[in-house]
Amino acid sequence: MKPIAIAGTGAVSPAGWGVPALMEMLDAGVRPPLSELSRERRDGPPVVTPVLRVPGAPSGLPRNPRLRRVSPISKFAAAAAIEALGPERIERIATGDFRLGVICSLMNGCVNYSNRFFGEVVSDPSVASPILFPETVFNAPSSHLSAMFASTAPNDTLLGDGAEVFTALELAAEWLQRGDCDGVLVVAPEEIDWLSAEALQLYSDHYVPSEGAGAIYLEPGAEGPLLLSVPDPVALVPGGDRAAALEELSAASGASDDGRTLLADSRTGVPRYDDPENRAFASWQGRRISVKKLLGESYGATSALQLVAAVALLGRKEADRALVTALGGNEQAAGCWIGQK
Amino acid sequence: MAFHADHEFSSQPRPVVISGAGILTSMGCGLDANAAGFRAGRTAFRPVDLFDVSRQRVGTAGQAELPDSLPYVPRKEWARMDRGTRMALISAREALETAGLSGGEMPVIVGTSAIAMPVGEKYYLQAVEGTSRRGQFLRVETYQAQYQMTAMMRALGVRGPLRIISNACASGANAIGHAYQMVSEGKAERVLAGGYDALSQLVFAGFDSLQALSPSGIPRPFDAARDGLAIGEGAGFVVVESLDAARARNADSFGSLLAYAAATDIHHLTQPHPEGDAALGTMTRATRQAGLEPEQVDYINSHGTGTPLNDVAEARAISRWAGAATAKIRVSSTKSSIGHLLGGAGSVESVLCLLALRDQFLPASLSVREVDPVVEFDLVQQPRDARVKVALTNSFGFGGANATLIFRKEDQA
Repeated sequence: MKPIAIAGTGAVSPAGWGVPALMEMLDAGVRPPLSELSRERRDGPPVVTPVLRVPGAPSGLPRNPRLRRVSPISKFAAAAAIEALGPERIERIATGDFRLGVICSLMNGCVNYSNRFFGEVVSDPSVASPILFPETVFNAPSSHLSAMFASTAPNDTLLGDGAEVFTALELAAEWLQRGDCDGVLVVAPEEIDWLSAEALQLYSDHYVPSEGAGAIYLEPGAEGPLLLSVPDPVALVPGGDRAAALEELSAASGASDDGRTLLADSRTGVPRYDDPENRAFASWQGRRISVKKLLGESYGATSALQLVAAVALLGRKEADRALVTALGGNEQAAGCWIGQK
Repeated sequence: MAFHADHEFSSQPRPVVISGAGILTSMGCGLDANAAGFRAGRTAFRPVDLFDVSRQRVGTAGQAELPDSLPYVPRKEWARMDRGTRMALISAREALETAGLSGGEMPVIVGTSAIAMPVGEKYYLQAVEGTSRRGQFLRVETYQAQYQMTAMMRALGVRGPLRIISNACASGANAIGHAYQMVSEGKAERVLAGGYDALSQLVFAGFDSLQALSPSGIPRPFDAARDGLAIGEGAGFVVVESLDAARARNADSFGSLLAYAAATDIHHLTQPHPEGDAALGTMTRATRQAGLEPEQVDYINSHGTGTPLNDVAEARAISRWAGAATAKIRVSSTKSSIGHLLGGAGSVESVLCLLALRDQFLPASLSVREVDPVVEFDLVQQPRDARVKVALTNSFGFGGANATLIFRKEDQA
């Protein structure tokens, strides 16, 4: 089999719709403006949570019946996927001769509709909306993607912490090696509502809940940086040394720090949670970017956006290779190693 | 599981066996309790008392009995495990024990659709109704599937990569299928794989809102007047192992896992293609992969939910797949006894196939009064003793996830 290349990327983030908006924000180094999610309470003042939202409405989404009533997470996934594939490839897939696999990686999933639907159930289950319930299922976004591209090839949804997207990449490589698909789309979308935003702030008031999607399209023999390795994730042990987990991951990836290697890490700007990444890569010689510091925390979506940003920087020849790592919340340290051989 | 561009990919599949199995359903806890119940043709539905169903159209389900504690799990760990994880732990431990294992290094692949939803429901209610954040942090942590599954792995003494698949009601079958591929291709010697789901108010009300639940509470898969499914809960786990590794440690096996095929039905988010195109595709590819003809399949454990649309699509798919042999193909839906276990369905029904191979019987599609005219196969309506060498199981889910697995009993040397 030809080497597996990252042949396309897509991004939806608080910086805007598309990879150019993401890179413009990263280049400027300026965080997008915060907004607020406010929730009224029966007793007491409203609960207000500062958040980073995806601005405006999507443009360029097809008029597809599957997308009529979906929650934002599916629109984010669809927009990022369309950008990652590009119009020529989408046309090729539409001919039916091209098997497109789809993998979605999630932590929270369709929280808006789950929240609304359960609210209706608690209020009066006999009138709870049958339109909302199917969209609460974790694999709804990935199902919409396969339907949108008319692909009957394998489709899986993986759950895990914010580092799970790398397991999705490994699975994509497995499908390609086995010949199950001609190309695989890996998408990590997340959306926020008051429920999930308030949940994140239970970990730290300094976390900024965020939303969006990152998409990575893999195809053997295509143009683009190569997928060099996706090491086994290193399990996080309660009370264990997370820096050591990252060091083990980095060593297993085969990545070499030669000054021309980019490190795209998952530091958020919350010192307590960034400490392991600071320690693990304290002597890193190459360039280092921390996308979450600007984009906030949207779990796998921001991990995927780290990878999207790394691919863009390799494309601009600002580094030769990139090690992309994520320290998940409670499951794993994971990452991948990309670039030319 | 890791990918390295420089490493060769093994395209020579290795023989794969199921060296251990475990099950927990409303029929009972463990292989023998379930084998006895299905062999006797019992149904296991009861009034739901885990949450308020007084305003639902239906008040019964396949609710399982669970112990209050387990001697091998510290009380604090047990308290933090949600109901689904407790069921998963019990059946996974049985799978390891029957495999002659007590933990160790191996990947774990789990399918679930609802994760720890009851915990999420408590979080929501406290947030909406209360002013205190007390206990909310722990609820957020324990709601997450990966938190629960890593806790299960610790309790089992199992260490290795974890993969959680959430393809709705095909998740459990997909998990076993992924494990099969991993072992067959030499990425692992053995994998602990399975699926689980517990009853939750959100999911119960969700199926009720779709009017997918049988108002009588009695599902009648493939009956002409079937009117819906019953929700169930439980877990099924297996140890998927290379034949060589199992032989090297003199382990017995329940049988070989011959094939796995998956496909995506893009017809509709919640409805199958009326002709069962995706199901036909997975059954055809799985039998081809196994080197079998349809007439060599002795038993099909169908997805058979009991909803009007699912059963028609699956029956048509089976007829198209089996062709002239259709009338000889013996099919049943064990959901008629224990309900639809959602993310756990595919793995539990896989374990029921293994019991059919082990004990040489066919579990039944119960409560059928008049067989739907679309059924051209031999619908097993009462449990029967039978020679069962090859069993196939189908799983379909919301979103169009379709999966087929094939198991074969091997003659003991």
